[in-house]
Amino acid sequence: MELMEDTLTRLESHKTQEVMILMERVNKWYQDFHVLRDIDLTVMAGERIVICGPSGSGKSTLIRCINRLEAHQRGRIVVDGIELTEDVKAIDAIRREVGMVFQHFNLFPHLTVLENCTLAPIWVKKMPKKDAEALAMQYLERVRITDQAHKYPGQLSGGQQQRVAIARALCMKPKIMLFDEPTSALDPEMVKEVLDTMIELAAEGMTMLCVTHEMGFARTVADRVIFMDRGEIVEQAPPEEFFLHPKEERTRRFLGQILHH
Amino acid sequence: MPSSPSLRPPAVRIDALRWMRENLFSGPVNTALTLFALYLLWRFVPPVLDWLFFSATWQGSSRADCQPGGACWIFIGQRFGQFLYGFYPLEQRWRVDLTALSIVVLAAPLFFSRFPQRRRWAIGYFLLTPLLAWWLLYGAGILGLETVPTEQWGGLMLTLVIAAVGIAGALPLGILLALGRRSQLPAIRVVCITFIEFWRGVPLITVLFMSSVMLPLFLPEQMSIDKLVRALIAVILFEAAYLAEVVRGGLQAIPKGQYEAAHALGLSYWQSMGLVILPQALRLVIPGIVNTFIALFKDTSLVIIIGLADFFTAVHRATVDPEWLGFSTEGYVFAAFVYFLFCFGMSRYSIALEKRLARAQKR
Repeated sequence: MELMEDTLTRLESHKTQEVMILMERVNKWYQDFHVLRDIDLTVMAGERIVICGPSGSGKSTLIRCINRLEAHQRGRIVVDGIELTEDVKAIDAIRREVGMVFQHFNLFPHLTVLENCTLAPIWVKKMPKKDAEALAMQYLERVRITDQAHKYPGQLSGGQQQRVAIARALCMKPKIMLFDEPTSALDPEMVKEVLDTMIELAAEGMTMLCVTHEMGFARTVADRVIFMDRGEIVEQAPPEEFFLHPKEERTRRFLGQILHH
Repeated sequence: MPSSPSLRPPAVRIDALRWMRENLFSGPVNTALTLFALYLLWRFVPPVLDWLFFSATWQGSSRADCQPGGACWIFIGQRFGQFLYGFYPLEQRWRVDLTALSIVVLAAPLFFSRFPQRRRWAIGYFLLTPLLAWWLLYGAGILGLETVPTEQWGGLMLTLVIAAVGIAGALPLGILLALGRRSQLPAIRVVCITFIEFWRGVPLITVLFMSSVMLPLFLPEQMSIDKLVRALIAVILFEAAYLAEVVRGGLQAIPKGQYEAAHALGLSYWQSMGLVILPQALRLVIPGIVNTFIALFKDTSLVIIIGLADFFTAVHRATVDPEWLGFSTEGYVFAAFVYFLFCFGMSRYSIALEKRLARAQKR
């Protein structure tokens, strides 16, 4: 298999014994459509998880339940010790801990790159403007985009916009980062710059959940790869095992489709 | 380095003759239409210009000075004060002038983006100028300014008061109604939909009429609300319903991802709306908002129905004054010109605003 010959070095694991996210028998329906079925998932602090699966398998819905962009209907979700309920305070507290990067970037087009990054620190964390700007510049430097700080998102390329989106999420100093297909809306030549940024982030020990089909990325950074199909977690394993010895027939078929096209 | 030299785009020469051949005489039908349009212009423009300017009487002090064959603008000059101030007492008219002046001068810093503390100035401006204007115009005996009851207000000044208060009141209320109509709380949604559909379904003239004739029937006898205040409330509620629908159109145009990104960052509902959604949505619907403002400005002339003499009514009354009978054309032409000036001004400002915002964003 081509992945075998890949000489990418694996990142050292930062997984700890502290539970960061706990999902117990989580169920969700869209009207009659059962989108999440009895999801049980425990994520440790520092752990990096890649979730893959065919479209409509519920993988995006799963991570969007973690910061309550979608509400689950049955089961428990506990993030960093706070249980997600209808309680708005709990939701706000969790959203402050969880950063999210979207497929379509979702930068605010009426604000400059810098203002996109300082908005939440200023209004949610009540940080003084000067401090928020210094912090934002620090993260923009990490994603190598400082020279564009005063431009508007519409003036940037897709890859640059996605890196700004990562910096914007990091400015809230989250404990967990969620990535919802961060490279699938990008032109092929821009995928690498975004993945490199994510790999750097992984190397620093961030807890990450990433919905992606970038299997090279999964091999480099993931502690665990999860395969979902029809709302269920079908299989989960460390990447070597997942790619070389998948147990389930559905997993093998899916890997066959995305690796040998 | 590109291998082939980059070329400049071909120059476009603006050639009057060629332009005319392409745009005015490109075929038999277009040629015929062009000639017909020229004929109409030749037939109507010179007489109108002649009546308005060349044969018009500009100087004099009574109708005896008016020359036949053209407009007599002496009439407008003689009644100008009444058109502007209505029956506002002559010796108090400086208060109206001062109000207008202070509103304009105090607003000036808002138009300079380099002005320090611009946001704070704006908040102060919108909170304090209404109070200042109310004190200057109404007086109420505070600090030695004697009361000028609203029955004596009139003319352009009354039109501007109603339009300004209507706009300043209707826009925030309209935004709240638009947000309420999209609320997830059924009670709020139902209240907002009912409000909007009720006020949109009733003609403004009926609303004004009810505010002046029916409302007192329901209120206790000793309680009376100023007629102008009632008209202002009616205009605000009525126009807010229209603005709500305009704003809702803008809210619907904002992609779901913007709401999600704002929520994911931990912004509260009001922060998301105020910082992320509304700045984009309102920008999109500037044409619709200004459209409503222009309609509102012209609708103010309907307050005649409850006995308030706005600018249009002041002009109309002057034309039926026996001393100046027969000069109604001049009066209405002048009224049309003034309304046009204000509405066109609003329109131009909105275009400039849209361009400036688009340039800043360069999407």
